[in-house]
Amino acid sequence: MAAEREPPPLGDGKPTDFEDLEDGEDLFTSTVSTLESSPSSPEPASLPAEDISANSNGPKPTEVVLDDDREDLFAEATEEVSLDSPEREPILSSEPSPAVTPVTPTTLIAPRIESKSMSAPVIFDRSREEVQENIEEEANGDIFDIEIGVSDPEKVGDGMNAYMAYRVTTKTSLSMFSKSEFSVKRRFSDFLGLHSKLASKYLHVGYIVPPAPEKSIVGMTKVKVGKEDSSSTEFVEKRRAALERYLQRTVKHPTLLQDPDLRQFLESSELPRAVNTQALSGAGILRMVNKAADAVNKMTIKMNESDAWFEEKQQQFENLDQQLRKLHVSVEALVCHRKELSANTAAFAKSAAMLGNSEDHTALSRALSQLAEVEEKIDQLHQEQAFADFYMFSELLSDYIRLIAAVKGVFDHRMKCWQKWEDAQITLLKKREAEAKMMVANKPDKIQQAKNEIREWEAKVQQGERDFEQISKTIRKEVGRFEKERVKDFKTVIIKYLESLVQTQQQLIKYWEAFLPEAKAIA
Amino acid sequence: METYAEVGKEGKPSCASVDLQGDSSLQVEISDAVSERDKVKFTVQTKSCLPHFAQTEFSVVRQHEEFIWLHDAYVENEEYAGLIIPPAPPRPDFEASREKLQKLGEGDSSVTREEFAKMKQELEAEYLAIFKKTVAMHEVFLQRLAAHPTLRRDHNFFVFLEYGQDLSVRGKNRKELLGGFLRNIVKSADEALITGMSGLKEVDDFFEHERTFLLEYHTRIRDACLRADRVMRAHKCLADDYIPISAALSSLGTQEVNQLRTSFLKLAELFERLRKLEGRVASDEDLKLSDMLRYYMRDSQAAKDLLYRRLRALADYENANKALDKARTRNREVRPAESHQQLCCQRFERLSDSAKQELMDFKSRRVSSFRKNLIELAELELKHAKASTLILRNTLVALKGEP
Repeated sequence: MAAEREPPPLGDGKPTDFEDLEDGEDLFTSTVSTLESSPSSPEPASLPAEDISANSNGPKPTEVVLDDDREDLFAEATEEVSLDSPEREPILSSEPSPAVTPVTPTTLIAPRIESKSMSAPVIFDRSREEVQENIEEEANGDIFDIEIGVSDPEKVGDGMNAYMAYRVTTKTSLSMFSKSEFSVKRRFSDFLGLHSKLASKYLHVGYIVPPAPEKSIVGMTKVKVGKEDSSSTEFVEKRRAALERYLQRTVKHPTLLQDPDLRQFLESSELPRAVNTQALSGAGILRMVNKAADAVNKMTIKMNESDAWFEEKQQQFENLDQQLRKLHVSVEALVCHRKELSANTAAFAKSAAMLGNSEDHTALSRALSQLAEVEEKIDQLHQEQAFADFYMFSELLSDYIRLIAAVKGVFDHRMKCWQKWEDAQITLLKKREAEAKMMVANKPDKIQQAKNEIREWEAKVQQGERDFEQISKTIRKEVGRFEKERVKDFKTVIIKYLESLVQTQQQLIKYWEAFLPEAKAIA
Repeated sequence: METYAEVGKEGKPSCASVDLQGDSSLQVEISDAVSERDKVKFTVQTKSCLPHFAQTEFSVVRQHEEFIWLHDAYVENEEYAGLIIPPAPPRPDFEASREKLQKLGEGDSSVTREEFAKMKQELEAEYLAIFKKTVAMHEVFLQRLAAHPTLRRDHNFFVFLEYGQDLSVRGKNRKELLGGFLRNIVKSADEALITGMSGLKEVDDFFEHERTFLLEYHTRIRDACLRADRVMRAHKCLADDYIPISAALSSLGTQEVNQLRTSFLKLAELFERLRKLEGRVASDEDLKLSDMLRYYMRDSQAAKDLLYRRLRALADYENANKALDKARTRNREVRPAESHQQLCCQRFERLSDSAKQELMDFKSRRVSSFRKNLIELAELELKHAKASTLILRNTLVALKGEP
């Protein structure tokens, strides 16, 4: 990054020109499950859109870098700290830290006294200037008090214009909501619309916006057409669960939680219909074109990556993506086979019952009937386990595969940001050359125009640099937060899944223990 | 594919667990077996103090076709018409297993070395299991013969057990096929008899009951056997699924740097162990349930065959009666007609008596075999479920205990 910070001389551009604005908001976003609102917190909704420069010393390799260097980083006890204490320099990996400006708007988070605190010598230094108190993060994020449920899918309308309406219920004690419990009806395109708005506001500045569930033309058509079979109920249930997880992830993001669109989505009874989410709409086609253009651009941007952290992380996410995909495929096979096992067990149960009926030895006949009953119950067990396999394990993996795609997108935005900055620098250079030419040719009015343009582009270069530093900083925090969430998420789900397996085995024990005396009773 | 698998005595599962309370004057077992490219060679060992045999202990090598020859010899022997002939062992069939091993060998580059090794191990175990089963079925066939007071005294049986050279029965194959074809035609005629469509009147309630019972029973047990097979296969599939899952978790774990590392690695280990348990559940279901059902499907067919023979004898008897009446009316050749009728009557009664005994034996054999296998099945299922619960719980404790 040091290299990037060496644009052609900005005239009198000195670090102090970069006035520090409040960036309390950034700090808030870095904590996973904070309740926002420290008193000095600026207006939540508008903040991310502003250009915030943390401080003049460029992108601080924040604690995120530090932490990544060690294992066991995101133990639940970690908190994120924005510090720019020079003391940390020796620990910091990459560049030397330039002079610290006196104005340090960064805040310190009080060191958490916890039993599981990190052993790493991260300095939670209270002695630094404390501008604002930040909110402390609970070890388990329990302070984060909002619960979303998506339920009661209801078909509205008929034929091809029909759609499913879902009830979105919010329970919260957060003050930003007018009530503590409320619910609204939303349809799938509303969710897509929400995501679209959030993405357009936050993705390009480096926030990892959770992706919405995928559309499915086939699935929805079956539902519309009114097929009341098990595959369409399964489809609706799958979608309902996915929508719930989507909202839960979105509200967990402290910055997104502040967003007025999100609040409107959760609260207001009427929502303007999001037509731009339709695949074949004008907006949809535009999206596709943009996506293609992006892909081409990605290949052509050659960025001077001076911060190894970003390269490393991108590689890590790439690897993770591949691994998760592989695992996902295998788990899908597991789900499929377990369903098969369930069906076969049910068929066997029936034929065992028939055999029991034919058997003319009374005790054996009874035992065979009992066997049939046991097998029927086991079939149920297998079905339930297949659901667990799917909804816990398989869907977790597919959610994260899509989340990682969002992460990759954020890295791409950073590249684009860099490109913009580069371009501005190049343009500025051209303008300066033009000015020089004008000077030589001695055309006073053209000179003035040239000077104006130079000033304009100087500002753009500054802005470009600020933007780039900002997005880099944001991404660092976001990735830290994301990883923390991911660890928590996976651990929770893994434990839940294993418990479901235990449950199945215990039921099996129950059934067979009940059967054994019947078998022994055959005389 | 060249596999030379040898099975010692200890490795044999008691699949059909036929209750043989024969005396020990004639003990037969398959002490060894070798699987060559397309055939299996069984070493049949006999221990006997019967005066007929030259030695007290001796063994010969036999192939599947020789077992079939022996079975057919019994079936075609009029003397044994009133007995249930133990069903012939099925042909050793390694086709499916061989195909799978071959496909594995052809390679799928996306599979890691450990995965490949595990899959190979699984398939080899499957192959071995099939092999053991076929040995067991051939053995049970011989042991039932040896235990039966009448069947054990058959001359062909002695030849089979003792004759050192091979019995050159292979030449019979085409003839056998033709014979089998004819037999099937005869059988359909028998079906008509047994299902009462030919109008033959059954005189004995016991046999009437047995007839209806066996017809239905045989169909249903065949059904149950097929479906049990499917369950077992689905279970095996499931167990195999754990292999790539475990491998993927393992590689995820090795590349994570945070606490997820231990979680993934523990999970990978867990799935590996669960796989083995699921595999055992599948193979136990196979042995205790599928194989048992299959055996009694064949045995009930043999019982049906007995009923056919008896009914044919009854038909013969009735025809002889009619012929006698006709002869008496015409007063011509009465004597031969009388003696013929006598013979038919005796034959029919002899068959009926022994059939009754045989069918009752069949029932008690069946009941005790089901009992044994169902108990063992339940106990094994319990054992595996408890083991699974244990390793699952241990993993949960380890995972929850982590920071």
